[in-house]
Amino acid sequence: MTSPILIAKGLGRRLNNRWLWRDLNFELYPEDRVGLIGPSGSGKTLLLRTLVLLDSIQEGAICFGDDSSGQDVLRPLNRSSITRYRTQVIYLPQRPAVFDGTVEDNLKHVFTLKVQTGVYERSPILHYLNTLNRSEDFLTRSVRQLSGGESQILALLRALQLEPQVLLLDEPTASLDPDTTQQVEELINQWMGGAANRACLWTSHDPQQIQRVTNRQIKLLGNQVKGSV
Amino acid sequence: MQDYIVLGYGQLALAALLILVNLVLSIVLKLGLERSLCIATLRTVVQLLLIGFVLEWLFGQDNPFIVLAIALGMTAIAASASINRTQRRFSGMYWDSLLSILATAGFITGISLIGIVRVDPWYDPQYLIPLLGMILGNTLNGISLGLDRFMTNLIDQQPQIETLLTLGATRWEAVHQQMRDAIRTGMIPIVNSMMVVGLVSLPGMMTGQILAGANPIDAVRYQIILMFMIASGTALGTFGVVLLAFNTLLVPHQLRLDRLSSSS
Repeated sequence: MTSPILIAKGLGRRLNNRWLWRDLNFELYPEDRVGLIGPSGSGKTLLLRTLVLLDSIQEGAICFGDDSSGQDVLRPLNRSSITRYRTQVIYLPQRPAVFDGTVEDNLKHVFTLKVQTGVYERSPILHYLNTLNRSEDFLTRSVRQLSGGESQILALLRALQLEPQVLLLDEPTASLDPDTTQQVEELINQWMGGAANRACLWTSHDPQQIQRVTNRQIKLLGNQVKGSV
Repeated sequence: MQDYIVLGYGQLALAALLILVNLVLSIVLKLGLERSLCIATLRTVVQLLLIGFVLEWLFGQDNPFIVLAIALGMTAIAASASINRTQRRFSGMYWDSLLSILATAGFITGISLIGIVRVDPWYDPQYLIPLLGMILGNTLNGISLGLDRFMTNLIDQQPQIETLLTLGATRWEAVHQQMRDAIRTGMIPIVNSMMVVGLVSLPGMMTGQILAGANPIDAVRYQIILMFMIASGTALGTFGVVLLAFNTLLVPHQLRLDRLSSSS
């Protein structure tokens, strides 16, 4: 049996003195495509934000393996490992934020961060663009001219170029037209196929999409959690 | 000898008639400022007369501790004024402001008194109090503007900041642009006034000295030193308070907007 990439142990989240979810346990395995479902307000976004520690962990722990250690031991996250962890587990919000400049400026900007040891390379990006039937011109477009869907594609490329192990996708296609939605799904598919140790966690209001892009689900039910594995 | 006209209370009363202009305007244009104007006028008179008596008494003192105690009191009031008009607040904001303003004003006033003006004794209240007052008054503006801008930036640009964080940025990398912008905002007023000083505006202190009979060239020298003190004080104070706010509102490596509340 393969060992998990990421483990959530007894996570809990309180909002106004009420537990939104508590004692939440699950694992993400290599090649896992997991849907995170539940009614509005059940805390799906909060869970994804907690998984990358944009919100503090109020209860429980998140364990993640460091590739470089070469061991199967998953260690709980601590302060000093957060920035490294975030290059491997990337959260993509529903409304992507872009920085001034061109699409390519945005892609390059990520590599100016201290934690990024790599350098910007154009060819993998061109490869992805090819999948989307988009030309190189997309890279020189100013972000001001991008539609909502194109911004989402930019955000996705910006994350994928880091070759993360896990993507946490928060309604990535909620405001997109069917064509762009299909392109986004295609991009994620291609990234998943790129290596064996990758996994993703999706939220979506569209049950058909969840059926289409995931192979198992975690359900948040407001006050308590029916966490199927 | 006295080579300036000593003003009596009757003359003050005459000058108070000038405020009638504001009152009439406020009534005719329905600005609703009558109450505030009356209170402000009264406060101007009472506060300044009071400080006049205090200074007269203080200048007679030769005890560094009394002078320092007064200086500390002024600093504490400046710190609270600096955070009174920000749109948002966080707990500990007053202490952050007090710490930056105290360190800045202490440092700048200290080196100016001892190193530049070379006052003897160093705590001579005739020099220490007015210089400190000028630094405090201006530094608190810088702190107020810088702090307000920094908090607004964090809220407006939360998506960008968090995006950088999710891509592995440290908290410093994620917000250094917002910090730079806030510090720049705090420094704009003093840079502006250094640009036009003497051309458009005659600074209050210099005007006062000249009216009181000082040689204009002497008054100008004081003013130049003062402008430089204010400029460096504002820069240091704003930098300090933004740094402290950064430390509260960004923990490694999260943006903690939940620590901000709006002040109403």
